[in-house]
Amino acid sequence: MAEVSLRKVSKVYDGGVEAVRGIDLDIKDHEFVVLVGPSGCGKTTTLRMIAGLEDITAGEILIGPDVVNDVPPKDRDIAMVFQNYALYPHMTVHENMSFGLRLKKFPKAEINARVDEAARILDISELLDRKPKQLSGGQRQRVAMGRAIVRNPKVFLFDEPLSNLDAKLRVQMRIEIKKVHQKVRTTTVYVTHDQVEAMTLADRVVVMNHGVIEQVGTPQELYHSPRTRFVAGFIGSPAMNFIPCRLEGSGDGLVLKAGEGLALPLPPARVKQYASHASNGRLLLGLRPEHLTDARPHMEPGIVPFEAKVDVTEPMGMETFVYFALNGTQVCGRVNPAVGAKDGAPLRMAADLNNMHLIDEATGRVL
Amino acid sequence: MVDTAISSAGIERGRATQSRLKAWRGRKSTIAFFMTLPLIVLIAGLVLYPALYAIHLATLNKRMTEFVGLKNFTFLFTRETFWMVVKQSCIFALTAVAFKALLGFIIAHLVHNVPVNKQRRWRGMLLIPWVIPAAMSTLAWLWLFDPSHSAFNWLLEKVGVSPVPWIGDAYWARFCVILVNVWIGSPFFMIMYLAALKSVPEQLYEAAKIDGATWWQTMRYVTLPMMRNIIAITALFSTIVTFANFDIVRVLTRGDPLDKTHVFATWAFRVGIEGGDIPLGASVSLFMVPILTIGAILILRDINRRGNES
Amino acid sequence: MTTITSRAPAATRAAPKYGSMKNERLWALRWSYFFLTLFVIFFLTPPVYMLITSLKGSREISSLENPWWVFNPTLENYRELIFSPQFQTFFINSSLVAVIVVTTTMLISVPAAFALSRMKFWGSATLATGVFLTYLIPETLLFIPLFKMMAVFNDLTGIQVLNKWWVNLILYPTLTVPFCTWIMIGYFASIPKELDEAAIIDGATWMQTLTKIFIPVALPGLIAATIFAFTVSWAQFLYPLAFTTSTDQLVLPVGIITTLIKGDVFNWGQIMTGALLGAAPPLILYAFLMDYYIAGLTAGATKG
Repeated sequence: MAEVSLRKVSKVYDGGVEAVRGIDLDIKDHEFVVLVGPSGCGKTTTLRMIAGLEDITAGEILIGPDVVNDVPPKDRDIAMVFQNYALYPHMTVHENMSFGLRLKKFPKAEINARVDEAARILDISELLDRKPKQLSGGQRQRVAMGRAIVRNPKVFLFDEPLSNLDAKLRVQMRIEIKKVHQKVRTTTVYVTHDQVEAMTLADRVVVMNHGVIEQVGTPQELYHSPRTRFVAGFIGSPAMNFIPCRLEGSGDGLVLKAGEGLALPLPPARVKQYASHASNGRLLLGLRPEHLTDARPHMEPGIVPFEAKVDVTEPMGMETFVYFALNGTQVCGRVNPAVGAKDGAPLRMAADLNNMHLIDEATGRVL
Repeated sequence: MVDTAISSAGIERGRATQSRLKAWRGRKSTIAFFMTLPLIVLIAGLVLYPALYAIHLATLNKRMTEFVGLKNFTFLFTRETFWMVVKQSCIFALTAVAFKALLGFIIAHLVHNVPVNKQRRWRGMLLIPWVIPAAMSTLAWLWLFDPSHSAFNWLLEKVGVSPVPWIGDAYWARFCVILVNVWIGSPFFMIMYLAALKSVPEQLYEAAKIDGATWWQTMRYVTLPMMRNIIAITALFSTIVTFANFDIVRVLTRGDPLDKTHVFATWAFRVGIEGGDIPLGASVSLFMVPILTIGAILILRDINRRGNES
Repeated sequence: MTTITSRAPAATRAAPKYGSMKNERLWALRWSYFFLTLFVIFFLTPPVYMLITSLKGSREISSLENPWWVFNPTLENYRELIFSPQFQTFFINSSLVAVIVVTTTMLISVPAAFALSRMKFWGSATLATGVFLTYLIPETLLFIPLFKMMAVFNDLTGIQVLNKWWVNLILYPTLTVPFCTWIMIGYFASIPKELDEAAIIDGATWMQTLTKIFIPVALPGLIAATIFAFTVSWAQFLYPLAFTTSTDQLVLPVGIITTLIKGDVFNWGQIMTGALLGAAPPLILYAFLMDYYIAGLTAGATKG
């Protein structure tokens, strides 16, 4: 087990493409950290640099106390689980899992003990004599994890391991991975583009975009206190709504105006927070769908009702998503199915401004 | 989040370790180099060097004692046999390849029409001419064409046709050479075309059928375009190989009658090895180079185009 | 009531159309089999005739009876040839050469193919294309300069190379190595990259990755390449014809042609027997490993 640190790590490919631009990250021992972001954000490149599969253009990577920039992968004491499992097709499951140990000339008894233990944790003990082509996708992924566990490394690296599985299997395997981490408390760096995986698996989430880290925090922190527009829009499904708006003074308070005569008075706490930005002409109101609900007779202060005309409804059973337009943008809200929202019909909605975010459109920062 | 003092020292250390990193990477290149070294030595020493050496040899006199420049080439230009060899080599290559391609194409379609589980044995039987060493099968043809005991002539007589002189007559001899060439080579084309046919998605044919295409239209608008690359590459390959062929002519006719079936390879052998005039033989061989180069360029262009397409 | 009556004739109209399509396909199949049989006859006539002739005594051959039938089968030709020490020498020479050349070829091609396809180093792409182009330089261009080179080597070192059967060991690889390397590059390239990376992380050196992972996984390609190398070596005619002349140094193809054709007298029975025995090893290999054979052919060209 060990900590992993990245100090001003950069990766520039031949031809000048900057995949990773000087990122800093400290991962604590036993921590499960997820690197998440859209394609091309640099998360996989970062993972591969930690593994030693890519050279580091600048900066340092430390595993434990040691700088490992020039240490070959096999000496870094890491194990990796690949997206396509990368199981050796001509070897049995047992041989696949023991390959690394056999190369290091471990005694046979120890090899068998470790393989059996890992197989037990992953529930694949009956599959030890089978070849990969006889296994299902989920089983293969477990063998790939077994191969990593057996090595007893300092760090586990996962490269989008669930992307090749169908949706249902993905949910199952997520739980398996979390259970394994509870049993085998190895430091883990996990890469995915799926923010649901990030939120459910991570101790801390690292959101990356265009080669830089946008924000690091626990899933709750990122959900409730995003610091940039990108993070706000990336985390959470359905995504947060962004509505262009203006602030106007009204007596002691502030009113948020979002076109078409929509004027929402801000709660006092927010008035204090945003007073200095009232003159900014390019503001976005960030509001998650669960904070755009149907209006009820008794609502708390800060929850402001308004009229909307529903374009499309998506009944999900437990709730209904309604899509309507606000100041020229399509917006998503979550309403009680009992309200009976219909396509094209007007609906009385409420915006919970206690949970609003105000974003400066020019800088993308959450104010 | 990061201590700047540590990071600047870290970057310094980073640079020092870069050179050690380069050393490790050097190791990978060195390993790769040694793995390819035998290959490079083999090709450089026994293919490239002799090819260049041939040019040098061609400029020497018969006893290889003095430099005579292009005299060997100009000498060849004056010999009638040389021009016959040029003509024969080209005619053989183009005719044989055309027939091989056509035959291979037809047979591939026939095999493709047969249910899949039976295809294997038909394919097995049809590939046999390719498997037998060319020199051995050419002996069989030689015996079939024998002037006094030809089994073919025996059959012809039985149906009332007069016997054919086969390799005794110049024009028939050329026919025989091409025939044997086609016999040996068409299985290769068949196998290639069959593989290409199998790779054409069935749905294209189904779509064509729904669109109402006739057999010929399907061939022209679906099959041939999809197979274009394989057809071109195989034809080019085969042209080069057929052009430089030695075994068939040597065993079947040795160039006779009257040098009318000589090709570059066999005549170079006659002149260079049997005649003892190595420089002249080298000159003859070298005349294959322009044609081979054109072929190589066409193939390379085709591969690049295919690579870009995919 | 009108609807029912109008439906019936439509149903009967549909049935014959369906039937004729199946019929059409059946006739297409019959014609296919017919022409295929014709082609098979065309392709198999020479080898079959070789077999027929080999079973005839010399008297029957020179007689003018039906050449397509054996009236008095005899194993005389086989006996004479198989027990002739000269023929045995040919066979042994050919076998030795083939086995050694195949081994050498694989030892050169496999690591080179691995390095060229997996270990990206400066010039690897050009080298790979260069290997492919080498295949286009025919032996008929090289045999004369090589002949002179061997003669010069002879004079310089005193080691006799010309007219020794082992000169073929040096020459044959030039024919087998480029194509075998090309085949192996194709097979290695089809192995997913993550397998190498998993091996690297598991701690394998390059050599271990090659021997423990790539070779087992690409085994079909290896077999195909081996078969190709063997077939080419066994059938080689030009190089041994040019470079070896004494009877005891000849390989099989050259031996049969030069010794059995003495002047104007052709002992066809023996010649055909010899040719058949000469064709036997590749044919036997083909019979057992046909699929690998074909895979080798198609891999080389379609991946090239």
